[in-house]
Amino acid sequence: MIDLILTQTLNGLASASSLFLVASGLSIIFGVTRIVNFAHGSLYMLGAYLAWTLVTHFGPADALGFWGGVLLAAALTGLVGVVIEVLILRRIYQAPELFQLLATFGVVLMIQDIALGVWGAEDKLGPRAPGFKSFVVIFGNRFPTYELFLIAIGPIVLLILWLLFQKTRWGTLVRAATQDREMVGALGVNQRLLFTSVFAFGSMLAGLGGALQLPREAVTLHMDLAMISEAFVVVVVGGLGSVTGAYLAAILIGILHAFGILIFPKITLVLVFLVMAVVLVVKPYGLMGKAPVGHARSHGPAAPLMLPADGATKIAGLIALLILALAPLVTPDHILLTLTELVIFALFAASLHFMMGPGGMVSFGHAAYFGLGAYGAALAVKWLGAPMEPALLMAPFLAGIAGVVFGWFCVRLSGVYLAMLTLAFAQIAWATAFQSVDLTGGDNGILGVWPSAWAASKAAYYYLSLTICAGAVLLLRLTIFSPFGYGLRAGRDNALRAEAIGLDVVRLQWVAFVVAAFCAGMAGALFAFFKGSVFPTYMAIPRSVDALLMVLLGGVQTVAGPIVGAFAYAGLHEQLMKATMYWRFVLGLSIVVLVVLFPRGLVGTALMLRERRRRREKPAAALAEASR
Amino acid sequence: MSAAEPILVVRDLAKSFGGLRAVDGVSFSVLPGQMLALIGPNGAGKTTCFNMLNGQLRPDGGTVLLAGQPITGLKPRTVWRMGVGRTFQITATFTSMTVRENVQMALISHAGEIWRPFGRARDCHREAADALLAQVGMAEQAERACGVLAYGDLKRVELAVALANDPKLLLMDEPTAGMAPRERIELMALTAGIATARGIAVLFTEHDMDVVFTHSDSVIVLDRGRLIAHGTAEEVRRDPNVRAVYLGSGTTSGGH
Amino acid sequence: MTIDRRSFLAAASAGATVLAAPSVLRAQGAAIRIGEINSYTAQPAFLKPYRQAWELAIEQANAAGGVLGRKLETVFRDDGGKPEDAVRHAGDLVNAEKVDIVAGGFLSNVGLAIADFAAQNKRLYLASEPLSDALVWAKGNPYTFRLRCSTYMQAAMLVEEAAKLPAKKWAIVAPNYEYGQSAVKWFKELLKRAKPDVEFVAEQFPALGRIDAGATVQALEASKPDAIFNVTFAGDLTNFVRQGNTRGLFEGRTVVSMLTGEPEYLDPLGAETPVGWIVTGYPHAEITTPEHVKFVEAYKAKYNDYPRLGSVVGYDTVQSIRAAIAKAGAVENDKLIAAFKGLSFPGLFGPITYRASDHQSTMGAYVGKTAVKGGKGVMIDWRYADGANYLPSDAEAKAMRPAG
Repeated sequence: MIDLILTQTLNGLASASSLFLVASGLSIIFGVTRIVNFAHGSLYMLGAYLAWTLVTHFGPADALGFWGGVLLAAALTGLVGVVIEVLILRRIYQAPELFQLLATFGVVLMIQDIALGVWGAEDKLGPRAPGFKSFVVIFGNRFPTYELFLIAIGPIVLLILWLLFQKTRWGTLVRAATQDREMVGALGVNQRLLFTSVFAFGSMLAGLGGALQLPREAVTLHMDLAMISEAFVVVVVGGLGSVTGAYLAAILIGILHAFGILIFPKITLVLVFLVMAVVLVVKPYGLMGKAPVGHARSHGPAAPLMLPADGATKIAGLIALLILALAPLVTPDHILLTLTELVIFALFAASLHFMMGPGGMVSFGHAAYFGLGAYGAALAVKWLGAPMEPALLMAPFLAGIAGVVFGWFCVRLSGVYLAMLTLAFAQIAWATAFQSVDLTGGDNGILGVWPSAWAASKAAYYYLSLTICAGAVLLLRLTIFSPFGYGLRAGRDNALRAEAIGLDVVRLQWVAFVVAAFCAGMAGALFAFFKGSVFPTYMAIPRSVDALLMVLLGGVQTVAGPIVGAFAYAGLHEQLMKATMYWRFVLGLSIVVLVVLFPRGLVGTALMLRERRRRREKPAAALAEASR
Repeated sequence: MSAAEPILVVRDLAKSFGGLRAVDGVSFSVLPGQMLALIGPNGAGKTTCFNMLNGQLRPDGGTVLLAGQPITGLKPRTVWRMGVGRTFQITATFTSMTVRENVQMALISHAGEIWRPFGRARDCHREAADALLAQVGMAEQAERACGVLAYGDLKRVELAVALANDPKLLLMDEPTAGMAPRERIELMALTAGIATARGIAVLFTEHDMDVVFTHSDSVIVLDRGRLIAHGTAEEVRRDPNVRAVYLGSGTTSGGH
Repeated sequence: MTIDRRSFLAAASAGATVLAAPSVLRAQGAAIRIGEINSYTAQPAFLKPYRQAWELAIEQANAAGGVLGRKLETVFRDDGGKPEDAVRHAGDLVNAEKVDIVAGGFLSNVGLAIADFAAQNKRLYLASEPLSDALVWAKGNPYTFRLRCSTYMQAAMLVEEAAKLPAKKWAIVAPNYEYGQSAVKWFKELLKRAKPDVEFVAEQFPALGRIDAGATVQALEASKPDAIFNVTFAGDLTNFVRQGNTRGLFEGRTVVSMLTGEPEYLDPLGAETPVGWIVTGYPHAEITTPEHVKFVEAYKAKYNDYPRLGSVVGYDTVQSIRAAIAKAGAVENDKLIAAFKGLSFPGLFGPITYRASDHQSTMGAYVGKTAVKGGKGVMIDWRYADGANYLPSDAEAKAMRPAG
């Protein structure tokens, strides 16, 4: 027994090393640039593919060929990082917080198709490392020497990073920037060069992590997404910006994983997220993280004024609604299907926007509530034999109740920590749906969730969806401009001030969280009856990301943004998927272009341009209108 | 309430950070309509003291009474509800809102309407907000975004916000920092006028000795967490202890 | 490899989802349209060869004058691995593209979602690949047919071999989702029935696509089994094999393994292919039936590559659609459904029949052992296991279908 425990500990440490390499790069990049780099997993995958090509080319049997190939792959990945930073990210550092996340997600999509095009669909198995091909016997078990090598790599890289940060000027700057970004600007440092070099360095670490996997794992097209969520978990559990924390977190997760497999194999599905949830509830800034210095919202431009729609905008909104209402009279069925879906997504996006915009709480796991709404409806149909109407009514409450419970924990955190805790809860909900085969049918889902006879026709269901979604979106909109919505925004703008005028910010946020969850659940329930079936994918990470993209694309600090974003993103996604097999590349590219062109989101940029023009054309009139 | 009864009574207030005693057994009181200045060199414990009075920090010891009611260790929002307005050393306003909306928020909160999910917040207590803004001389800028205001104007907005709940006590941390000298005099004259008219007790910290000596009815001096002097401006100015630790240090005006 | 990739790129970037032989242009209105939904971007390793063979089959059919004198054309759609998107495509294909038949599917949940759509809309759906037993049994419906031999059938084929082994203590490793769970369930149940004295000493369920291979191998090793039943595939399998080889997990133990003999999963293992595993799969180089030889020649000529199992599934799907239309003499939905019941056609592996009782085809699989030849993994000692022999009786199957 004891030998098994020791061997399993070694296994955990070996897995921890590559996780640490990737996570440390991510952590450094976030620390300095505040970019949530979704493309980090893609860089890891690129590192592995590049290493495979180079090592195969140089001759895997030769030590120089192998290790040279690995190092060169890491360096090339760093170069790819430079390209991404210079071409895309550099242009949007001034955009609102988290907006860069959109761009990096576009890069993820592009790299997926590039990898498929260049390396083909088949998995690649790399050669074993020269000098580390065999095993040694430890504790009575055979243990691969390469795994021992990996175990050593972790601390070595940690040490190198430490020396780099403590002993070089560059490292000092990185540390300073991580602690207080304003300060670096004040020091007169070439910030551009610092950011580019940091991004390159982080990318190189990711590439090295990928390249070192070569003798251990097959190189596949799924490596990117498999790694990125775990790397984020490690970064957050360790504490944002803390490399030592990332190392501890990687080891914690690696070892828990290895033992989880022994005790309860199926837990591997969700273990990392359980760990993260527990750590964040106990330590809101991760194991080694510190509360941010100074003002929580000190970087990025201040949020613009949020004004109620003026006459022209109101009329435009009314016309849009009218067009949607009249659509069934003229459009064929299949367009109605698309419109139904877009309308439902608009509510989903608006619900996320409610907590993200006025509430200032970013959620990486909003699909949980969408999915719970869908499951609420499906379970009511399947287990209670409920018809559509009561099922639709009941379903959002399941999402709302989850919002009450999860929200209570989440609103106690802030920023990326809050976002990651929402992700953890979403993954726990997803895993529950996935694993409770008897209740939910597991990944095979629940089938036969079809609407009542009166709503079965495409036009009828469209009107049902439009009524509910438009109604809910309008209510959300009213709420944003109500005292409650203002109170929420007050808490976001300045929690200190809000508390000092008697507002209970945490409770306001909690209620907003629940409202957002409830509305997402409403959208999910409509979606369930629309599709006729419910699957765990409804609350998986990609759906959460979709919602996030819609809100960011439309513009977080606008009220119409999420709706425009939903129509733009979901519409684009759908059309491209139909138009080309390489839709991921085109979609990714479109996102990147949109992000660079509209750094405040579609609606945000439109508002800004209009404001600018108005001010230029007739300042007097604007003033008059303003004081009305 | 009789005029002689103090609004704020502080007894033996104490707070340590690690081993450092930031505030060490401080006692004082403020009367209605009185302007009490709290002065001391940097790091004397003024802001710590303030943060304990409005509940942002929990004291290690001592009591704080507001109009006879204990408020020690209560949350800032509870303290506010009991009638304490506050301005911050670094201005704290809602940057995505207009000047008027900032004041409206405080009025809405005061009226207990914050949970209302309908009705436009912009239309709530508009007149009252405008009246407060007129008092502090910000009426003309009511529609501007707080995010773009000059620093001195922000301080006025904060004052209007702090007055919105009809406070018994105003806590003003460096109310004139960052203002031009003429603005300082104006703002403090304004504050003093309001305090007298409404019978509000005002406790403020200040670096500018001109402001202190012109506008305070009474002055207390902190040094390294301890209260070393208490009296009128004139008495304090003559106090040898104060001269030794404070005035002698050369920071007689404006340094911050 | 390069040429083959280029042709794939060309086909894809032609942009047109409608892929038609040039000769179709003149008879646009008359063409019979097939809507095909699959997880192309999510599962390219299986589905690229699948689509290539599909296009080959369509080309051949049209060169032979089409069916009922009409050309065939396909509208391909990528569901990205999401059942909800597959349902959207199904609706779009039926309503906008006016396709005559909906086919495709790789993932079980995608197949089930489309099947449920088919039931709701009373439209024929021919599921080509999804393995889930539920598709034709527990959630079977009158409108859905399936070509590929199911999880149950493949498990039954392997149990037949496993029961012959002396092994008593079995360990299991399977991906943690429906396919893995069902395979394990059937394997245990059928093996217990055949050999009541077996016991299952360890079960590992790594998350799909993210196996922690070292720790998993160690956990299996610790249970000291006589034999191992493996259900992992693709990258998980590769990682499992490499760690298992280094750590000696497979030494002195027989491994029985689902799908491992398919070129999609065997080829990446290369020289590290474990020897002597009992597997289901597709020994493409050695099958000498005339249909298969002709197919391989045509495939190689067109794509300069050998076919994978996906190719066979894609090709046979088109063949069965051709046969059904010919049998029905029309493309009306109801007539096609009637035609599919009991439809027989010559598949690449041998004659195949869609059973009228449960709509499952009798397509079989090859069962054999793995070996390494010239640095590549191959199947030896193989035999064709006809699906008909591994299906429950018509009466039993009907009893498992609540929806008839």
